[in-house]
Amino acid sequence: MGDTTARTPAANPGVDWAALAKESVLTALVVLGLSVYMIGLKAEDVTGGLAIITRYDSVAIVTVLAFLLRAALVLVRSGVYLPVILVCGALAVAMTGLLGAWWATGEEMSAYLPFGDPVVNGLLDLMLIALAVRAALRLRASLHGPAKAMTQEEKEAKAARFVKNFSMFAGPALLAFALIYPFLPFVDRFYLDVAVLVMTYVMLGWGLNIVVGLAGLLDLGYVAFYAVGAYSYALLATNFDLGFWVCLPFAGVMAASFGLLLGFPVLRLRGDYLAIVTLGFGEIIRVILLNWYQFTNGPDGISGIPKPTFFGLPLVRRAADGGETFHQFFNMQYSTTDRIVFLYYVILILAMVTNLFTMRIRKLPIGRAWEALREDEIACRSLGINPTNTKLTAFAIGAMFAGFAGSFFATRQGFISPESFTFIESAVILAVVVLGGMGSQIGVVVAAVILIGLPEIFRDLQQYRMLAFGGAMVLIMLWRPAGLLAFREPTIRLWKGGGKPEPGNEKAAAEAGP
Amino acid sequence: MEYFVQQLINGLTLGAIYGLIAIGYTMVYGIIGMINFAHGEIFMIGAFTSLLTFLVLGAAGISWVPLALFLALAITMLLTPIYGWTLERVAYRPLRGSPRLAALITAIGMSIFLQNYVQLLQGARNKPMQPIIRGGFELMREGDFVVLLSYLQIFIILLTVGLMIVFTLIIHRTALGRAQRACEQDRGMAALVGINVDRTISLTFVMGAALASVAGFIFLINYGVIDFFIGFLAGIKAFTAAVLGGIGSLPGAMLGGFLIGLIEAFWSGYFTVEYKDVAAFGILVLVLIFRPTGLLGKPDIEKV
Repeated sequence: MGDTTARTPAANPGVDWAALAKESVLTALVVLGLSVYMIGLKAEDVTGGLAIITRYDSVAIVTVLAFLLRAALVLVRSGVYLPVILVCGALAVAMTGLLGAWWATGEEMSAYLPFGDPVVNGLLDLMLIALAVRAALRLRASLHGPAKAMTQEEKEAKAARFVKNFSMFAGPALLAFALIYPFLPFVDRFYLDVAVLVMTYVMLGWGLNIVVGLAGLLDLGYVAFYAVGAYSYALLATNFDLGFWVCLPFAGVMAASFGLLLGFPVLRLRGDYLAIVTLGFGEIIRVILLNWYQFTNGPDGISGIPKPTFFGLPLVRRAADGGETFHQFFNMQYSTTDRIVFLYYVILILAMVTNLFTMRIRKLPIGRAWEALREDEIACRSLGINPTNTKLTAFAIGAMFAGFAGSFFATRQGFISPESFTFIESAVILAVVVLGGMGSQIGVVVAAVILIGLPEIFRDLQQYRMLAFGGAMVLIMLWRPAGLLAFREPTIRLWKGGGKPEPGNEKAAAEAGP
Repeated sequence: MEYFVQQLINGLTLGAIYGLIAIGYTMVYGIIGMINFAHGEIFMIGAFTSLLTFLVLGAAGISWVPLALFLALAITMLLTPIYGWTLERVAYRPLRGSPRLAALITAIGMSIFLQNYVQLLQGARNKPMQPIIRGGFELMREGDFVVLLSYLQIFIILLTVGLMIVFTLIIHRTALGRAQRACEQDRGMAALVGINVDRTISLTFVMGAALASVAGFIFLINYGVIDFFIGFLAGIKAFTAAVLGGIGSLPGAMLGGFLIGLIEAFWSGYFTVEYKDVAAFGILVLVLIFRPTGLLGKPDIEKV
């Protein structure tokens, strides 16, 4: 299926019907092969074993749809715009109408729709809309004559300008928004919880960004340090009755020393070997937490982890030992959301510390060494940089921030168990970093909002949530392979004329930089 | 001694599964240099396809065991590779020439997607199946302890070894294998001498998926219970096996698979079952520290 014709808008439309038929039939066959078992049959639990139920109507619908959609795509490619727009547009309008009616009245409309499930129908609707829009865009381009074709470089320059401007304004704007967020009128407890979760991932993303984005070390076991931080705080708090703020630095140190411990033997490995060893380390930590019952309470986890206090003032209705509480001290009405607002600001501050630290350390010799090492290890060695020590610092500092985030996680949840620290967490954090655009601080925020925030808000569609999550990871990556806000600008330049960032722009430049 | 032999047999059976999956990892890594994280899910889909085939065969009344096994194996090896092909076509081919991490993220994304896809369509509960091959030889006996070599285990090991031989012959004797080896060495140069690189890569995914689907089939008939999540751990173990043997090396993948299987079996037999994963990863770390390219891997020379 050669896509070579895709980029040359046909001057005089002529449809090669044989090719169209061939491509569409092939697509339909592949879809048939994919669906004939997984969709067509289901192993249903019945008493005494499994029974098979068939769903061949769905297979037929899916196959025919694949044929038609592919044919429409080929038609668009060979310059037949108007019929495609009309047919797809009409179908999309009809489907949207029916789905809207279904949603509004709650009346079953599946008799008129191809699938029984509203979400699957919605997906088809989206595909139709995308096809119609694509055809319309092509049509507009063909009416306006052969458009001035942008070269790859021009496109990149345009994207880079956009990203640079975006980062410059978005950074302060986002920070201001984050500061007033809890007091916005629409923000209720649910939105606060989602925001706390998103901020936790932003912080983890920024921490991992040091390891992956700056030092270029692929770490697939970042969640291990998160777990170490969480368990350090939980065990200290429940066994020795220590408070959150006392334990926080200790959790960071603990996680950092685990980073050193792991990093020391393995950091001379390169690329994918490092990836698999870190992945293995993450699993080892989880297995130990799961099985060392006397120490970690195994799969039952640790509960009753205390909440943080505001300079010694607990945020509860009544203090346990008759002491003063937060609302008594400030003479306020007690409210349960106070505690969540407080947690929100705690994680906001922790995340901003991570951000500030990263931005400053990039300008120190060690930060420069990280980035140089990422680009070329041999050149660095010849310049007298010790690669192992340099990587080790990146690894340990990244681990330290994961430890901070971990102890925040423990105090927020009040309960932790090894289940929270599976490989999928590492993958999600890595996805936040890579989708955002490696090394881009703002990118991490955008990606965390998309990957963590949106699925939480669409919790109603729970059975499709993770499916959409995986699909979104793939689609975003295909759409922008370098990440959403990827933009590389040298951190330092030799010539002033080359555009050393002005003092005012320094922060934005550093944020958007490589 | 008797206990040792029994664990050896168990380890080899387990190793057969890991080895078959590991070949897919190592081939893909060799040819396009990426970790195909979704490969474990292909294994899982293979197991489900086998299960569904057995159920259909049962409903159709085909009860002669050799025929049922043959049909299930054939259908699984025919249908599952379509997923492997689609995976490459949809998620990896558009990203060729992009930053390496991009393909890693789509691989993880596809892995999550496929897991949930199967969960949605087939349900989240465990799927148990009656054992198909029963009985076996009694190899040794000491008191009450009987060393049993079941027919099932003989079948699995013969099947695996047979497939590996066929596979090695394909790689070394056929035009396709030659094209694959050429692409592995230098994709640009291979394209210049007229090898269809895209097609070769697609076929590599198809072959890897076919072997993984056989691993799924073996997993199903050996353990009798599958669910949508089995691909994750098996995939990671198999990848560990591929790295242990030296990633990119086919004999290495087979050796690594059997080694990981044996390590797990012996560790569970003589020490603790809970820490068998720790043992497998621990050995991997040790091997990589002393032999950074794996057991049979070729050291790659760094040039400036």
